[in-house]
Amino acid sequence: MPVSDNNGFAVWRKRSNRQALVLWTGWLIGFAVFMYCWQRISEATTWFFVWDAPRIANDIWTRATPPRWEYITQLGRPIWDTLNIATMGTLIALCLAVPVAFLAARNTTPSRLFIRPIALLIIVSTRSINSLIWALLLIAIIGPGVFAGIVAIAIRSIGFCAKLLYEAIEEIDATQVEAVTATGASRWQVMAYGIVPQIMPAFAGIAVFRWDINIRESTVLGLVGAGGIGLQLSASLNVLAWPQVSLILLVILAAVVISEWVSAKVRGAII
Amino acid sequence: MTTFADGVLHTHRELDDMLGRRWRKPRFVKRPWLRWVLGLGFLAYLIASYTTVEVNWNRVYEGLERGWKFVIAFASPDFFSRSSDIWDGMVESVIMTVAASVVGIAISIPIGLGAARNIAPLPVYLICRGIVAVSRALQEIIVAILLVAIFGFGPLAGFLTLSFATIGFLSKLLAEDIEAMDKVQAEAVRASGSSWLQWINYGVQPQVMPRLIGLSMYRIDINFRESAILGLVGAGGIGATLNTAFDRYEYDTAAAILILIIVVVMALEYLSGIIRAKVQ
Repeated sequence: MPVSDNNGFAVWRKRSNRQALVLWTGWLIGFAVFMYCWQRISEATTWFFVWDAPRIANDIWTRATPPRWEYITQLGRPIWDTLNIATMGTLIALCLAVPVAFLAARNTTPSRLFIRPIALLIIVSTRSINSLIWALLLIAIIGPGVFAGIVAIAIRSIGFCAKLLYEAIEEIDATQVEAVTATGASRWQVMAYGIVPQIMPAFAGIAVFRWDINIRESTVLGLVGAGGIGLQLSASLNVLAWPQVSLILLVILAAVVISEWVSAKVRGAII
Repeated sequence: MTTFADGVLHTHRELDDMLGRRWRKPRFVKRPWLRWVLGLGFLAYLIASYTTVEVNWNRVYEGLERGWKFVIAFASPDFFSRSSDIWDGMVESVIMTVAASVVGIAISIPIGLGAARNIAPLPVYLICRGIVAVSRALQEIIVAILLVAIFGFGPLAGFLTLSFATIGFLSKLLAEDIEAMDKVQAEAVRASGSSWLQWINYGVQPQVMPRLIGLSMYRIDINFRESAILGLVGAGGIGATLNTAFDRYEYDTAAAILILIIVVVMALEYLSGIIRAKVQ
């Protein structure tokens, strides 16, 4: 315990001189890095626009209110498309994530040396790239439309689902698997009766959780042309139809809140 | 002998009666009607969505060739022909990430304190929860569009977007952690006659610090990933370069950028793993 000597009295201190110095240096470096970053941002900014921002914000607000309510009749199909992108994307992702997760989990992988790293690479690479980027790529490859959105969401979700699922598989109770193996069950029977029942609740939870996130993500996929309500948003933004933009934003907000509510309810029922 | 045989036969029947029907796997959804409703509803939805999603299979088939080109490009990424653009974009992304994470974390600590029911009075609690809810409900890209419209193109809009998104994420999780903390320790500090600040600093802070650091690391990771797409709407970062590469069908450059993003994310994840292990 660091103690400083104050005229013969021992006084308790939180840190020794050395620790305090290290901490102080750390803060100094952190602060310097932050200031450097801020300076770079500041250089790249047109400050005239920033000082003008309150007026612009006010201007946009007056243009955007009230929302153009009658436009909602044209939003039915885009919302349906958005829902399809999220749901179909999640389903495809789950089908692909299950084998990847089994290959990536330490206790079920056929080969730790060769197959597990490949499965982990799939998980990391699909997870670190945003669905909008996947959508951009897929639009360049297979053309714009709902299908590109579905595939983008599916690819993006594989990594997320597989990661959570393989962690669940690694945490299973080994004694149950051993008991099933001891009855002379084949590899697939061990899988079906020893492992799957243990990860089923986790699987259902992950599926609903990811579906909720995918609803959010699919609402903006249209910005790059991958179908759904984002297409309407981008079209309205391009023609500066602010009353339509505000209505679409309200609809997106409602969709997000509803999907979060549904997913919370379902997860509450499962767990 | 016959009795014995009878006996065997007899017990066998008894066993049958005792066991009843053959064992079946328990169903995941126990109530049968709910199972049927869910299953049929799901099937109906699948059919409805399958018939309404229009897929131009010819276009997809033509695209396979381009897709294959992209896969090949991944094997031979081109880091050099546009190296200055890539470098500028990456630096801008990193700068936005760092600045936004610092500001976002700094702001989300007071808001997180305010959003914890056990230490904040009701009005403060409601205001802070409101901020958290708004920040969480709006996605980064939409916020970025609005901020670009207001502040003009450039990294400032991206920086503000990421800071705003960080607040919603971090405050909520921090508040939940504070609500789940051990009351006894905080009470002990309070009983020693501490002021409010001392109470927070010595009673609450040590309990939530490890998780706060872990979550902050995680958020930095997310912020970097998000900064890669903000460029699509003009909010700075590598996204603009990536978008241009896709538009020009320069798949080898696009592949190089994607590989860089993956590498940085992996490095951040590795780093955050080390830091989290050290803190906890």
